Amino acid sequence: MNKIVEKYKLSESVFKFIVEAPMIAKSRKPGNFVILRIGDRGERIPLTIVDSDTEKGTITLIVQNVGVSSSKFCQLEAGELITDLVGPLGKATHIYKAGTILALGGGVGIAPLYPIVEAFKKAGNRVITVLAARNKELLILENEMRQWSDEVIVMTDDGSSGRKGLVTEGAEEVIKREKVDECVAIGPAIMMKFCAQLTKKYEVPTQVSLNTIMVDGTGMCGACRVTVNGETKFTCIDGPEFNAHQVDFDEMLQRLRAYKSEEDQARNKK
Amino acid sequence: MTDHTEMLKQERNTPWRVELRNSVPGKDRIAIERVKMNEVEPLERIKSQTCEVNCGLTPEQALHEARRCMDCVNPTCIEGCPVSINIPKFVKQIEAGKFLDAAATLKEFSALPAVCGRVCPQEKQCELKCFYSEKMNKEPVAIGYLERFAADYERLSGKIQIPKVEERNGIKVAAIGSGPSSLSFAGDMIKLGYEVTVFEALHEIGGVLKYGIPEFRLPNSVVDVELENLKEMGVNFEKNFVVGRTASFDDLKELGYKAFFIGSGAGLPNFMNIPGENLNGVMSSNEYLTRVNLMYANQSDSDTPIMLGKRVAVVGGGNTAMDAVRTSKRLGAERSLIVYRRSREEMPARLEEVKHAEEEGIEFMNLANPVEYMPNAEGRVAKARFQRMKLGEPDASGRRKPVAIEGDIFDIDVDLVIVAIGVSPNPLIPACLPGLKISRWGTIEVNEETMQSSIPEIFAGGDIVRGGATVILAMGDGRKAAASMHRYLQEKQKK
Ligand SMILES: Cc1cc2nc3c(=O)[nH]c(=O)nc-3n(C[C@H](O)[C@H](O)[C@H](O)COP(=O)(O)OP(=O)(O)OC[C@H]3O[C@@H](n4cnc5c(N)ncnc54)[C@H](O)[C@@H]3O)c2cc1C
Ligand SMILES: Cc1cc2nc3c(=O)[nH]c(=O)nc-3n(C[C@H](O)[C@H](O)[C@H](O)COP(=O)(O)OP(=O)(O)OC[C@H]3O[C@@H](n4cnc5c(N)ncnc54)[C@H](O)[C@@H]3O)c2cc1C
Ligand code: FES
Repeated sequence: MNKIVEKYKLSESVFKFIVEAPMIAKSRKPGNFVILRIGDRGERIPLTIVDSDTEKGTITLIVQNVGVSSSKFCQLEAGELITDLVGPLGKATHIYKAGTILALGGGVGIAPLYPIVEAFKKAGNRVITVLAARNKELLILENEMRQWSDEVIVMTDDGSSGRKGLVTEGAEEVIKREKVDECVAIGPAIMMKFCAQLTKKYEVPTQVSLNTIMVDGTGMCGACRVTVNGETKFTCIDGPEFNAHQVDFDEMLQRLRAYKSEEDQARNKK
Repeated sequence: MTDHTEMLKQERNTPWRVELRNSVPGKDRIAIERVKMNEVEPLERIKSQTCEVNCGLTPEQALHEARRCMDCVNPTCIEGCPVSINIPKFVKQIEAGKFLDAAATLKEFSALPAVCGRVCPQEKQCELKCFYSEKMNKEPVAIGYLERFAADYERLSGKIQIPKVEERNGIKVAAIGSGPSSLSFAGDMIKLGYEVTVFEALHEIGGVLKYGIPEFRLPNSVVDVELENLKEMGVNFEKNFVVGRTASFDDLKELGYKAFFIGSGAGLPNFMNIPGENLNGVMSSNEYLTRVNLMYANQSDSDTPIMLGKRVAVVGGGNTAMDAVRTSKRLGAERSLIVYRRSREEMPARLEEVKHAEEEGIEFMNLANPVEYMPNAEGRVAKARFQRMKLGEPDASGRRKPVAIEGDIFDIDVDLVIVAIGVSPNPLIPACLPGLKISRWGTIEVNEETMQSSIPEIFAGGDIVRGGATVILAMGDGRKAAASMHRYLQEKQKK
């Protein structure tokens, strides 16, 4: 059982939680995630560790309410307990001095991107960040990102904040303008697919962090499998980050829909 | 070895045993028919995932069965038991009506008799070596049923004896994983006075006993009683804790842990790498069984979804395949099919599971192997393509090797495929212990006598050492490791 220490509303459907987890706070690295469960019959859902405070022994999680399990979490308040929380899981991001980093974040994917941006900046890179959301209201962590980025470009579908357009448009502009040594893209699978297509065209090495369906998160079930470079990989132990140009996104998109009808039913029931 | 034989002989010559032996003439014993296990009717039991198929023996049945045992001069059954349980002793205690004593005898050798009585492949172990099987060509004494009877009798009597534990010696040791190997290790170490913590990555304690083996074979309540006993004896359980991640071995050493037992199992499911294997509706048996057994996904109050199938094909011939296919039947499949590349004789599953599966209407398609899965318009598996096989020469394991019959290929309509073709060791721990010696299969190498690894303070056992094996072997490893870790720590203290 882990206690929620603080809760903030970042947008109508996105919440930030500061959670007591001293061991995880100490051992986590950028790119790691946790799996948590709310309630006795709760589902195990993966969430990225956005930040940690080793002194206070807390970690930061940011979650978007998209279905039954995420909504159960979003309903919890400061002082309440998370039934089960385990981590840090997954491989850490390979952080090094590359030169110029282009960081692309879409929707709630901005949350997992945040610790990576911070780490690349601290490693001495020039970091250009492109944040994209459907509208201003759904845009999260803009100020935090500015703290660790040399430049932040905001794109919204409706132009209510920053510029009107997709994340790929902002990205292409940067790539055309200056030499980018490495790109990191995190967001909905479809966004990552198009980012990968773009950077492949310009031959910019690109990492993506995949948000596949998971159960245990320890390599035991294979629910999280993806095809990378023609080989089956388990996202929870071989990833979550992979070379974007080798990921079979169409298969991943298909697999994300595996439980669509069950999820829709569950949402309507509850 | 001779010491052991001598001890068995002395036990056999205790007056009560001699008297009991002589009370019924051997030929009368031989004339008795083996008991039949009481079972819930197939049509009834497939309505529920939790209804245990075997009901156990009544005391009358147990007395009757125990009487069949000849109390042989040379009890070969013991040779068949991986942990050398003194089988004639506990069977004769049952015949004498001393059921609690029989349970106590079992516990001298096995930490989890109620579990082993239910899941051990007795037909390949003790019962294979029984005098009746070896010499008489008759059905063996039902040692497994009797083991279960004695253990259940004790549990249900409310007179469970919590073993005596030595005074705490303040030395901290850790078990990693909470499967049968770690549980038996923990039980022995706590008795010796150590401070024992069991770390488990999942949110439930029990390893495969909880997430793998379904309740219709091994009810959770049976496992929970054992866990409660361990807690009462003072074992500390930490769940949601991945050793190597949540904390490293060095972190744990800093916290005062002096030695470690790794019982992290062989958790990683194997796939065949054939076209269509990543389609929706194709999954590992681990995923399917975990969703049901650990996450209760088949129950309406669970948040975890499950894919139901009307036409389910399960690939494999082991216990895991049987558990998955029988689960699918219980979750409402119209057709549940085992696809196995060898023949019935080579099936590694327990005989009883195969028999139960057949009774429940599971179809067996032996000598066939999938080569491809094909989707419907929504991208879910709709057809499986199989290659017909025949048996060739025996391979390294002594089983005849399946070879493809050229051109003999056929399709079957399916909407769920469960792949149960084995597991590989979890690489997580080896990856974070660079000095640890690993075999080419990824298992941890240990000294077979002491279960000690290449790092002196690290011991290991169960599936992480053996690859996919059995509960009883895992349990035996845990006990061996406890004994040698105790010696190791004592010697270290003297220095
Ligand atoms: C490594 C990783 C890191 C992630 N980090 C974050 C994060 O920081 N913030 C955040 O808001 N979300 C994150 N996600 C996604 C998050 O786990 C899912 O949104 C959540 O599980 C949805 O559950 P639900 O019941 O609310 O929604 P559902 O109604 O069940 O499903 C909504 C969508 O979520 C996906 N999903 C469903 N169940 C799971 C599951 N068990 N595991 C993963 N995806 C699932 C489905 O494909 C579906 O498209 C991450 C996922 C992964 C794999
Ligand atoms: C479906 C199924 C049916 C079976 N049926 C039978 C049967 O009928 N009879 C029989 O004898 N055998 C059977 N087996 C095999 C038997 O269950 C195993 O051989 C036995 O459970 C192995 O025990 P173990 O102690 O090695 O660990 P496991 O039971 O495999 O448990 C290992 C545990 O360690 C945890 N773990 C792993 N890594 C870490 C870490 N780094 N930190 C913390 N925890 C960790 C895992 O989460 C897991 O819970 C079956 C197996 C399966 C899957
Ligand atoms: S989530 Fe089960 S193997 Fe990755």
